[in-house]
Amino acid sequence: MYFLITLLGSMEIGEKMSEMRYEAPKTLDAAVALLAGANGRARILAGGTDVVIQMRSGRIEPELLVDLKGIPEMMAIAAENGGFRFGAAVSGLDLIEHKALANAWPGVIDSVNLIGSLQVRARASVGGNLCNASPAADSVPALIAAGARVSIVGPKGKRDAPVEEIPTGPGKTSLAKGEIVVSFLLPKRPAHSGDAYLRFTPRTEMDIAVVGAGVNLTLDGGGICREARVCLGAVADRALLVPEAAAALIGSKVDAPALDRMAAAASAACRPIDDKRGTREFRIKVAGVMARRAAELALTRARGN
Amino acid sequence: MAKNRVSATVNGDAVEFLCETQQTLLDVLRDELRLTGTKEGCGTGDCGACSVTVDGRLMCSCLMLGVEAQGKSIKTIEGMANGEALHPLQRKFLEHAALQCGVCTPGMLIAARSLLERNPDPTEQEVRYGLAGNLCRCTGYHKIVEAVLDAAREMRGA
Amino acid sequence: MSTMVKYEEKPLKIVGTRPIRPDGVDKVTGRARFAADYSLPGQLIGKVLRSPHAHARIKSVDTTAAQSLPGVKAVVTRDDFADMPSEFAAAGELTINFRDVTRNMMAREKVLYDGHPVAAVAAISESIAREALKLIKVEYEVLPHVIDVVEAMKPDAPLLHEEQFTDGVTPKPDKPSNIAKRLVFARGDLEAGFKQADIVVEREFNTKPVHQGYIEPQACLASASEDGQVELWTGTQGHFVFRAQCAKVLQMDVGKLRVVPTELGGGFGGKNNIYTEPLAIALSRKSHRPVKMVMTREEVFRATGPTSGANVKVKIGCTKDGRIIAAEAELNFQAGAFAGSSVGMACPCTFTRYDIDNVKVVGHDVTVNRPKVAAYRAPGAPIIVFGVESVIDELAKTLGIDPIEFRLKNAAKEGTQTYYGPKLGPIGYIETLNKAKAHPHYSAPLGLNQGRGIATGFWFNIGMETSSRLNVNEDGTVTLIMGTVDVAGGSRASMAMMVAEELGIAYDRVRPVIGDTTTLGFNFITAGSRGTFAGGMAAVLSARQAIERLRQRVAQIREVALEDVLWKDGSAVPAPGSAKQFTPMSLVEIARMAGKTGGSISGQSEINAQGAGPGFCTHIVDVEVDKQTGAVKILRYTIVQDVGKAIHPAYVEGQMQGAAVQGIGWSLNEEYFYGADGVLQNPGFLDYRVPVASDVPYIDTVIVEVPNPNHPYGVRGCGEVSIIPPIAAISNAINNAMGVRLRSQPMSPPVVLKALGEAAGGKSKG
Repeated sequence: MYFLITLLGSMEIGEKMSEMRYEAPKTLDAAVALLAGANGRARILAGGTDVVIQMRSGRIEPELLVDLKGIPEMMAIAAENGGFRFGAAVSGLDLIEHKALANAWPGVIDSVNLIGSLQVRARASVGGNLCNASPAADSVPALIAAGARVSIVGPKGKRDAPVEEIPTGPGKTSLAKGEIVVSFLLPKRPAHSGDAYLRFTPRTEMDIAVVGAGVNLTLDGGGICREARVCLGAVADRALLVPEAAAALIGSKVDAPALDRMAAAASAACRPIDDKRGTREFRIKVAGVMARRAAELALTRARGN
Repeated sequence: MAKNRVSATVNGDAVEFLCETQQTLLDVLRDELRLTGTKEGCGTGDCGACSVTVDGRLMCSCLMLGVEAQGKSIKTIEGMANGEALHPLQRKFLEHAALQCGVCTPGMLIAARSLLERNPDPTEQEVRYGLAGNLCRCTGYHKIVEAVLDAAREMRGA
Repeated sequence: MSTMVKYEEKPLKIVGTRPIRPDGVDKVTGRARFAADYSLPGQLIGKVLRSPHAHARIKSVDTTAAQSLPGVKAVVTRDDFADMPSEFAAAGELTINFRDVTRNMMAREKVLYDGHPVAAVAAISESIAREALKLIKVEYEVLPHVIDVVEAMKPDAPLLHEEQFTDGVTPKPDKPSNIAKRLVFARGDLEAGFKQADIVVEREFNTKPVHQGYIEPQACLASASEDGQVELWTGTQGHFVFRAQCAKVLQMDVGKLRVVPTELGGGFGGKNNIYTEPLAIALSRKSHRPVKMVMTREEVFRATGPTSGANVKVKIGCTKDGRIIAAEAELNFQAGAFAGSSVGMACPCTFTRYDIDNVKVVGHDVTVNRPKVAAYRAPGAPIIVFGVESVIDELAKTLGIDPIEFRLKNAAKEGTQTYYGPKLGPIGYIETLNKAKAHPHYSAPLGLNQGRGIATGFWFNIGMETSSRLNVNEDGTVTLIMGTVDVAGGSRASMAMMVAEELGIAYDRVRPVIGDTTTLGFNFITAGSRGTFAGGMAAVLSARQAIERLRQRVAQIREVALEDVLWKDGSAVPAPGSAKQFTPMSLVEIARMAGKTGGSISGQSEINAQGAGPGFCTHIVDVEVDKQTGAVKILRYTIVQDVGKAIHPAYVEGQMQGAAVQGIGWSLNEEYFYGADGVLQNPGFLDYRVPVASDVPYIDTVIVEVPNPNHPYGVRGCGEVSIIPPIAAISNAINNAMGVRLRSQPMSPPVVLKALGEAAGGKSKG
């Protein structure tokens, strides 16, 4: 009897493996239907640079993979209301090579340009970077600083949300079961504004952010900072929007005292962990340094606009 | 059993293969198509040894599923030389002693070709950053960088 | 009996040029076959189940369910392998004990590290093999573990081996210990020496284990026949040693195992040891099908050898004018799960760059719950030299003496008595120091937050058992069969060059191949920088024997005495002054007639090569430190190294450059992170950070050639010594830039930033 049970169990496992199904729907409706109909573990495949590794290591064992790259909305980049909408499955390289978007949002593009290697960027998507929900994701702080929003579809229809509302913790998002992030909307870039994203890594390339900092700011005609958003990566369980750091810049000429206050506020907001990528103490110190350097770069860009 | 049937082009040849969903493009190239020139160094996209181009884009074949190759044109190291004539990068790698063990070499060459297609006249730093996705543990990169710069010079006719 | 061949200075036509390596074209076209590229009809895929615990007793292993999974053809556990008594053998630079080898390839009583094999399966596909692993039930009794060397040496530390008593102390201890062995090397009167010294500096250093980081994971393919014959294809630095180890642990005749060395995708000492090979053979025996096993990168990091992490103490005393009077060191090395670290090699390397009358070096080999260490390029030396060269730098700085000048005052030279045994023969240490001092790099200006460091290295280089055979083919081309694996440096090219030089023929007329274990007698592993030294000596002797036989044929054909026939520029010619003149015969002509004049012509040699010439080097490095993040950038790097003779200078430069960049990675960012549970947190290239191309500058090389008198072309060996100085050189450069002295490795940004912060707070010393 024991032997029989074992055998049945084994066959089940054998069957499960061969049954890992791959689907590449052509419409959002079809994708939503597939995910809704999946009777167990379904996974979305965009660039695959996280999912394929997780499958291989056995961390996830999906029964259904839904490849979204055949859906036009997921792959488009277009101007919208003076800003840009881009599909969540667009590869990093396609974004980087989009001249107009890159000119308007250089900080966002810098962040995408830091994801993995060239080889990885040819596949990895910003949607995947967001939904994988790593606190160290490079594009997320830059998008949050930029005030980007996401458009979502799911079994209950469409909705949209600010990017900062999506990640809730390492590997966790606020997305409901079956929901898909379809696209990102980067707002219209006001005059005299600029953004920047910088990160610290031990190596020059091929690394994961130990600390990331995205800064987006807008000056008035007199060079006074009127709006600012500062977002840090890898210093908490998810990307951290730091209003206190932004407040230190608003109303200032983004001069040394303001930058000092901003850096201090950034460091003060951190609640990082010690891990293989950096110590707590190091992350707190360097968060201020990176935020400051990003603000300086954003300022240079704002002055040039 | 329930394998996926895929048609693609590899080094200009039409190919058809069956693969399990979880098989990567690298698995398919090596185990199904027997093109073992593309190497696996890490399986996680961190070493670049499995670099190929897919529709002209440089990618890690370990990060792409075989089933995603449907309708795509893939180029591997086996297609780099033109018959007897080695690609200038292949020749310069030999002349400059830019390879030792040779495991990173196929991916490095594919990445270098892709780099020179985008930037025919790179600086030393641009070559270093352009090849940063490809680990080499033998050479210290010195002779690889020299070989790529020399190949670029020759390919520009300079 | 050992062999040495005298160096002869002569005009050279081929040695010293830069032809293309024979394995080159296959490597740029993807045709080169590495172990994972081999497949056989009907082959199965083998996978290993590994321990998730750092230290645990295995209570039971139940493979019933796995064996029943359709597609699974064989499962092996500890029950499939015989236990081995303690018996020691050499494997590369390190010594192995077969009792441990059999326990490392498959855990027996206990698992001793995260990743330790507990079972292996062979199945018709990789996915089925992976599923089968999940069905194996292992019951563990988890035990307290220890991964730090200082902790492991404490009397109350968790004990790995209940039967391990510290060797090398008298009387024999009555309690078992993690300290497997104590080694002492001493010379002179240490206490008297320190009394004479004007200043004494004593410091402690800590380093972490680092991995060789070869890009090709271990792979093998085994095929066992029903008659007991086995064929094994594997990526190895020494196929004869792998044959010996596999035959031993599988209790089979050596002659029944044929090992074919495939193209090797990097080793650096890490492929001196068997891992999955005996498992693949056992699975093949059991399944009656060929079995292929390829490690994942994660398995490579969790279960194959890094080099030791260590705690070392260095004390040096010198006079006011910079003469070292006494030097003492203690080296505590992690061995990993089983005894046998590189501490035995590191002890003699500690001070051997210097001529010191009073020396004492004590080493401890300490077992900890980490993978068993393997050799890594100049095994152990970089670790202790980090400490010694840092203290030397501190002494020079304190005395206001230029660091190269300080070393010159104390430099070892021909005739210097070492503290580990021999007197040094002709060596080029002083030459490397002088050339470094004269190099423009040494006097180039430095900017803000930039600093320059110097450090030097010594490595023995070795000879050992080597054989080769040279066949003169019927058209006058030559096949050179060698038993020393070309571990990627290009030794096939250099040996073909030496043979072509001897024979007086073109380089491309010689085809060098690595023969499998059935083609030649025993060859030691390619380790210790012996490839071109010992392999080259054997190749030259094979060529000389072939020349002798070629001359004999000509003497026979031309009906002259052998001494009337001289070999010159690829032809047999009449000896000058000889009365018997004859028409010269070229190699091609003799070869074509060989069938009619007595059969094919060959030469062979079986030697135990001795007389390896030690290698020395001096490194100069410039760094820039980011004060706000602690990031250290390598701005400029120059190596001056004595190689004896560079047979192929480009490949010699490649060895120097590759070694230095491995050293840079070791210095700055490579380290293992273990959780509190003793489980490895970064088993991949994302978080085990080997340098990428944009992390490093060009590595300038200056080759010094002080010939080794015991090699026909003066070769010393060049592969290892340049990994020794980088950690110290970079630490010294950081000190020069920022005034802080780092005594732990890696000098990663968090470590550097913390040190800068402490220095600013007035807490720094040195």
